[in-house]
Amino acid sequence: MFPGAFDYRAPTSLDEVLELLREHGEEDKVLAGGQSLIPLLKLRLASPSLLVDIGRVPGLQGMARADGTLVVGARTRHVDVERASLPAGLEILQEAAPQISDPLVRNLGTIGGSLCHADPAGDWGSVAIALGAGLVLRSPRGERTVEASAFFQGPFTTALAADEVLTEIRFPVPAGPAAGTYLKLERKVGDFATVGVALQVEMDGGRVRRAGIGLTAVAPTNLRAQAAEDSLAGSELDDAAIVEAARLAAGAADPRDDIRGSAAYKRDVVRVFVQRGLRTLRQRLGEVGS
Amino acid sequence: MSEVTVRVNGREHRQEVEPRVLLVDFIRSQLRLTGTHVGCDTSSCGACTVLLDGEPVKSCTLLAVQADGREITTVEGLARGAELHPVQVGFHEEHGLQCGFCTPGMMLVAAALLERNPEPSEEEIRWAISGNICRCTGYVNIVKAIQHAARLRREAAQPAAAGGAG
Repeated sequence: MFPGAFDYRAPTSLDEVLELLREHGEEDKVLAGGQSLIPLLKLRLASPSLLVDIGRVPGLQGMARADGTLVVGARTRHVDVERASLPAGLEILQEAAPQISDPLVRNLGTIGGSLCHADPAGDWGSVAIALGAGLVLRSPRGERTVEASAFFQGPFTTALAADEVLTEIRFPVPAGPAAGTYLKLERKVGDFATVGVALQVEMDGGRVRRAGIGLTAVAPTNLRAQAAEDSLAGSELDDAAIVEAARLAAGAADPRDDIRGSAAYKRDVVRVFVQRGLRTLRQRLGEVGS
Repeated sequence: MSEVTVRVNGREHRQEVEPRVLLVDFIRSQLRLTGTHVGCDTSSCGACTVLLDGEPVKSCTLLAVQADGREITTVEGLARGAELHPVQVGFHEEHGLQCGFCTPGMMLVAAALLERNPEPSEEEIRWAISGNICRCTGYVNIVKAIQHAARLRREAAQPAAAGGAG
C-alpha cells in the first residue's frame, strides 16, 4: 500500500506553516508524527493535495512550566511524555502515555497530532478533558485557546479551522493535593481502547474542589462526563459519591456495538472503571495526606 | 520529486524520491537493503522496524522525505564486518527465531533497548517488543535471546575480568 500523490512541504518556521495553510487550507493536511495520518493516506481514506510537515518547525516540541500551567508543545511525542519528569498532580499524563499503541508508534506519534486526529478512541483527548486542558490554536488571524471539551466536535472533527494549527497544549498544574489515573481496556496490548476512562480529582480541605472525567471510545468524540464531575464536586470522595459519579458517567456514555464489545458491556465498563479509578485516587490522596 | 539525504548504516545516500514513498519502500527498492521486511503494512506487526536516530520506528508508517537528514540503522547495520552484534549472537545461540520474518525488527528493537537499558528485566523486554509480532516462537526464546545478548554486552564491557587478569 502507498498513498496517493501529494505535494510535500517541510517548512522551518511557524510563519511559513501559517502561510501555507492560508493559501491551501482547504486541501492540505498537517503532518506531525504521521502515526494516524499516514495509515489514512495509505488506505486512501485521506487524499490531501498538499502535506505540510511540521516536523522541522522549531519550538513545537518539549514541555515547560509557565504561569501555573504545564505547556506541552504540540509535536511532543508520546514517548517524551512517558519519560518526562512532570509536576505533582499531573501523573495521569505519565500513566496514559505508555498505554497508547506500542513503543515504536510512541517514538513517532505526537500528542498534538493525536488530539487533532480526534479519533473518538484516542487516549489523549480524554486525558486533556479530565485535566481541563486548553488547546492553543494559531492562524494568520492570531491565536486562540479552546478548552479540550469544546475542541472535539464529532468523529475525526475538531474546532480547528482550515487555516489553523495546534501549537501547544496547556495543562493547569493543580494547586493543592491532586491525583489522576487513566484506565484502559484493550483486547490485546497496543490495541485501541474498548473503553478508556480518564479521571482527575483535585482536593481542598478534604473535599473535592474539582473533578475531571473524560471517556474514550464510548461516544462520537472523547466525552466529558460533566454530570458525574459535578456530582463529585464538594464531596469527600466517599463510597456513595463514587457510586453515584460512576452511575452518571455510565449514563453519559453512548457506545455502539462493535467487534470490541456490546454497547451495554462498554457502558458497564465505564461504570466499573470510574468506581475503580476513583477508589484508587482516594487511596493515593490519602497516602499523600498522611 | 524531493531530494532526500539519509545516513543508512553509516553510509550517506542522496536520492530523488516521490514524497509519497514510504521509508520501507525507499530502503528496500531504492537502497536495495531487503533485510527490512514488509509484514502487515498497517503499522501493527513491526517487521519493518528500523532505528531512526537510534530509536525503533515502523518504516511502513514514515515517509522517506520525513527521514531527510537523519540517521537510519537497518538489520544490515548491526554486524561489524564479520563480527556479529551481541543481539545477533543472542538470537543465534538461544534460537530466537523460527521462520525469521520478524527477526530483523526484533533484533533492532533489542539493540535499541540494550543501549538505553543494559540490564532490562523480563517485563521490560516484553514491553519493548510489544510492537513487534512473532507468529512462530511464542516469544519465549526471543526474550531469552535478548537476555543472553544483555549478558554478552555486559561481559564485553568488563574487559579482562572474565579472564581473571588484574
